[in-house]
Amino acid sequence: MIGESMYQELILEHYKHPQGRGLREPYDAEVHHVNPTCGDEITLRVKVGDAGKVLDVSYEGQGCSISQAAASVLYELATGSTVEETLAVVDEFTRLMQGRGQIEPDEDVLGDAVAFAGVAKFPARVKCALLSWMAYKDAVVRSAE
Amino acid sequence: MTSISFDVEKIRKDFPVFSRELPDGRPLVYLDSGNSSQKPNQVIETMREHLALHYSNVGRAMHVLGAESTDAYENARDKIAGFVGAPSRDEVIFTKNASEALNLVAYSFGNPANTDPRFTLGPGDEIVISEMEHHSNIVPWQLLVQRTGATLKWFGVTDDGRLDYAPGLITERTKIVSIAHQSNVLGTVNPVAEVARRAHEVGALIMLDASQSVPHHPVDVTELGADFVAFTGHKMVGPSGIGVLWARAELLEAMPPFLGGGEMIEAVWMDRSTYAPIPHKFEAGTPPIVEAIGLGAAVDYLTEVGMDAIEAHERTLTAYALDALRDIPGLRIIGPDSLEQRGGTVSFAIEGIHPHDVGQILDDRFGVAVRVGHHCARPLHLRFGIPATTRASFYLYNTTGEIDALVRGLHHVQKVFA
Repeated sequence: MIGESMYQELILEHYKHPQGRGLREPYDAEVHHVNPTCGDEITLRVKVGDAGKVLDVSYEGQGCSISQAAASVLYELATGSTVEETLAVVDEFTRLMQGRGQIEPDEDVLGDAVAFAGVAKFPARVKCALLSWMAYKDAVVRSAE
Repeated sequence: MTSISFDVEKIRKDFPVFSRELPDGRPLVYLDSGNSSQKPNQVIETMREHLALHYSNVGRAMHVLGAESTDAYENARDKIAGFVGAPSRDEVIFTKNASEALNLVAYSFGNPANTDPRFTLGPGDEIVISEMEHHSNIVPWQLLVQRTGATLKWFGVTDDGRLDYAPGLITERTKIVSIAHQSNVLGTVNPVAEVARRAHEVGALIMLDASQSVPHHPVDVTELGADFVAFTGHKMVGPSGIGVLWARAELLEAMPPFLGGGEMIEAVWMDRSTYAPIPHKFEAGTPPIVEAIGLGAAVDYLTEVGMDAIEAHERTLTAYALDALRDIPGLRIIGPDSLEQRGGTVSFAIEGIHPHDVGQILDDRFGVAVRVGHHCARPLHLRFGIPATTRASFYLYNTTGEIDALVRGLHHVQKVFA
């Protein structure tokens, strides 16, 4: 019963009490991403300040506990860091998720996001975890345009 | 009441999959037959034997194996014709699935090479479907509308999951009505004979997506009053890769061919061809031979168990499931709450818990296989204002004990997310 270990306390906590949820002004870019296989969706905005500092990530969406908690964790990790730092976290998170459970995650880089390590063993759920993170990456690229 | 005539434990022994365990010793509780059904030994063995001893191409080989293969393939067509009450075996067209059968009919309309007025289609003409359709009975018609400039209209769905049937939607401009016989999400059985009468009254044709009805109820295509009926093998204890289009012979003869190729022709010149008589006119290329033969074995199996008995057994299971699910706090059944005109497919939403999480925990902890998501019926879910549902669907091999396992699982899911 490895699957239930996927539902780490931290994930359930973020799902029940999402951080930073809701769309806010001002923002530099807004994106809308969907997962066509399950209908999960997210609208996400980013506001980037001086020296590439991420001032705000705001989002609204619907989906399973994994996709919603991932967005909440993303909000906590991204705000206050620089774009460059956060993209390194996104890359490590993507590597972990696509590693089929075979990858040792770098906790120093991932912080709380390491709680999603169990999700990587479930190919059907990897897209849930990555939805908001891919949306964030897309929004950051667009905000620089 | 079904326990005397219907021995579910004996039936389960025919299906090898029920003798296996899932990892960690969990028993398999398979409640996803609306998605695809499991296969009995009788089907597996028939296919194995044909592949091992009788296999060759059909319809063209002048040798013993060719003759045996052709006989078995055409014999399967006879069995399927009998199973759905087709007046003629030539009205049974093998396709790869129900989607192909639906597309075949959609492509028959608005083809400039065909002048039969029943199949001409252009601006001002109308096609009628419903909001409860599977994507395979929506998208082919959307594509047809894009090709021809015709208009797509649809019946809505009521709050309790019934077809919001308004005869007035079908008018003199309607060329074809295409609706599900039984909804793959709601379980609703639609009043198709009534809709067919209305369609014929205005000179329109009617197609039924019977993918969810033919496996579970005795179906007689002429009693339904339909012109076209599509269904698929893998949902009726047969293999995947084989589906069926039944249509009235006179319509099949009037329709243009769908796919061109070997076996569908009579004579070919460099600039033109004439076509084989039905059914082969619509079976271009080497067909799924062993799959068709497997489907023949599947209808033999279902007939031997008895479609009336299967229907009654599923009705018992559905009544049991509706009663049990009603008692779960925060659970909302999406579809009819009563047994009237409904089959053994029960979809539901649980307050505050996403279906993906429900499905994951049911599978992982209890071995309960259900389907979660929009079940290829996104417009229907939009209609109910929910992104997804959890769906349990029953078949001849399911037991009330398995529904108990589902209910225990759902209580546990609620505990995890409490």
